[in-house]
Amino acid sequence: MGVRAMVGVAVVLLVNAASRLFRRGSGTVAGGRAGLAVDPRLLAKLAQSRHMALVSGTNGKTTTTALLSAALGSTGRRVASNATGSNMPAGHVAALVGGRGAPTGCLEVDEAYLGRVLDDTHAEVVVLLNLSRDQLDRMSEVRMLAERWRGVLEQSTTTVVANADDPLVVHAASGSTGVVWVAGGLEWRDDAGACPQCLGPISFAAQAPGWSCSSCGFARPTPSWVLDGTTAIGPVGRVEMVLGLPGVFNLRNGLMALAGAWSMGVPVEEAAAAMSSVIDVAGRFVDRDVAGTPVRLMLAKNPAGWSALLDTVADEEAAVVVSINARTADGADPSWLFDVDFSKLAGRTVVATGDRWRDLSVRLRYAGVPHETEASPTAAVALAGSGAAGRVDVIGNYTAFRDLLESS
Amino acid sequence: MSVLRIAVVYPDLLGTYGDTGNGVILERRAAERGIAAELLMARSSEPLPEADLYCLGGGEDGPQVLAAERLVADGGLRRATEAGATIFAVCAGFQIIGASFPDAAGNRHDGVGLIDVTTTKGSGPRCVGEVAVDPDPALGLSRLSGFENHGGVSTLGEAAALGTVVAGVGNGAGPAIEGAYRGHVLGTYLHGPVLARNPDLADLLLRWATGSGELEVLDDAAALDLRSERLASVGC
Repeated sequence: MGVRAMVGVAVVLLVNAASRLFRRGSGTVAGGRAGLAVDPRLLAKLAQSRHMALVSGTNGKTTTTALLSAALGSTGRRVASNATGSNMPAGHVAALVGGRGAPTGCLEVDEAYLGRVLDDTHAEVVVLLNLSRDQLDRMSEVRMLAERWRGVLEQSTTTVVANADDPLVVHAASGSTGVVWVAGGLEWRDDAGACPQCLGPISFAAQAPGWSCSSCGFARPTPSWVLDGTTAIGPVGRVEMVLGLPGVFNLRNGLMALAGAWSMGVPVEEAAAAMSSVIDVAGRFVDRDVAGTPVRLMLAKNPAGWSALLDTVADEEAAVVVSINARTADGADPSWLFDVDFSKLAGRTVVATGDRWRDLSVRLRYAGVPHETEASPTAAVALAGSGAAGRVDVIGNYTAFRDLLESS
Repeated sequence: MSVLRIAVVYPDLLGTYGDTGNGVILERRAAERGIAAELLMARSSEPLPEADLYCLGGGEDGPQVLAAERLVADGGLRRATEAGATIFAVCAGFQIIGASFPDAAGNRHDGVGLIDVTTTKGSGPRCVGEVAVDPDPALGLSRLSGFENHGGVSTLGEAAALGTVVAGVGNGAGPAIEGAYRGHVLGTYLHGPVLARNPDLADLLLRWATGSGELEVLDDAAALDLRSERLASVGC
């Protein structure tokens, strides 16, 4: 142990030196990569003496990680977390080095890396949110991911905090010894229509159990955490969640985080109070200014995320700029635009922009949404803001959002 | 016909890549011309409804096998084809309407057999990327643009290729050809809402399904601009 610990410390110092060299602070991916190159077991060593929690799933990872980190920190302990969304091992190493001395770690984990990161960190709790189609040109098919999660979790003693509303997540978690089922909601059902256990038809219903397979009987487990309006109801009673983030989907993220914090021994009242302080998750939902126009910037990366977000902004009247890119980090194939019900934007001033504004324009035409087009995102914001006073809602997919955030 | 019935086949199993968009596009293009059209979402747990035009989309391996089994057992798609219905099948749907296709492990599964196409497991990497196709001149279409993402490769028997590949892979077995058609059955690896980029292909299907020789011209400036830009992205 002595030698190993010394090696670990030396590598940590090297990573910090590398980070300073890249002048990107103490928690950079570049530093993490350098550290892993020196010691491939670095993540395991950094996690060894900490209480670790992991958060994974297609949507809500960054927000839930922020909420869970706040909740875990409510006991006064420091929490190391990859708050910027760098969710692969290099980002995890960077985050834990940056939060050196913090007794708790809370990491957002890319779906495809969950097995490796769980092996390395021996996390006490893994929070599993949902699985749906995302970047199909480069990511695994979702059913394959669910199968891989199941294999990993069957071999682990971690407590799994799992969304009971998503059949793919339930399949992944049901081989585990300790599962806390949470009514985490499921906006997007089109990837869960075929039973993950037998491929039979899954039918969804409002009444209990909520969903079930008519062929094999695989069904929604009874959740021990549910949402009633803005109140979380769990094994220890009711607790009010006052979140600084909009939308039902964020309340559900909050419920998952609360159940995760409770599973790690944090009292729920303290956890809920700490979560209410989270108002800015990597720039999302925050009021900003793009070239003189007040905007609210929002991120949606895949059909499930768009569905939830369009519902959240549905009752508003502000002009909307939609910005779509298809760079490597977005996925090169924007076919998914036709999985999004853009007709929810009908009646508002809409401007299509981003690298793939032409794809979006054709999609909007078939959704029956009159719109204008403007290739430059900042010019599109100005165009949307020119018609009426007030804020413009700006929704972008990953790199489109990032670019607008940088120009705000 | 009174109402043009357009069925999206098994969106619960075959709808991985925004493919339901093809049904939506066909319905809209009919409606914009005053052709009464009805869009049916035909789920796999129900008997396949009668329709004039069927759209099949892509799907993951397990659901693809299940969709083929259910379509064979249902028999409705074969009966409709024999009665002259138009079939438009994309990606996994294209493989399903053929004679046979492989699953993830390489095991052979029977297709519905609407067109003489046999798909086997490709030996190379998955074919992923933009595609440009010069369609069979007999179809009277402009150069097609699409995106492919498939592992299987397809060999044509008694069926014509949809066209010649100018960029991308296409069917992937032997000559650089893409897709297949025979009668009013047409399959392609250009997945997702390929009809968004290729409005003339959408109208070809509508002419087949309605039996009308001429269709009112629609304003397709945005779609044609999109197609030009996508073709230019692969040097075409």
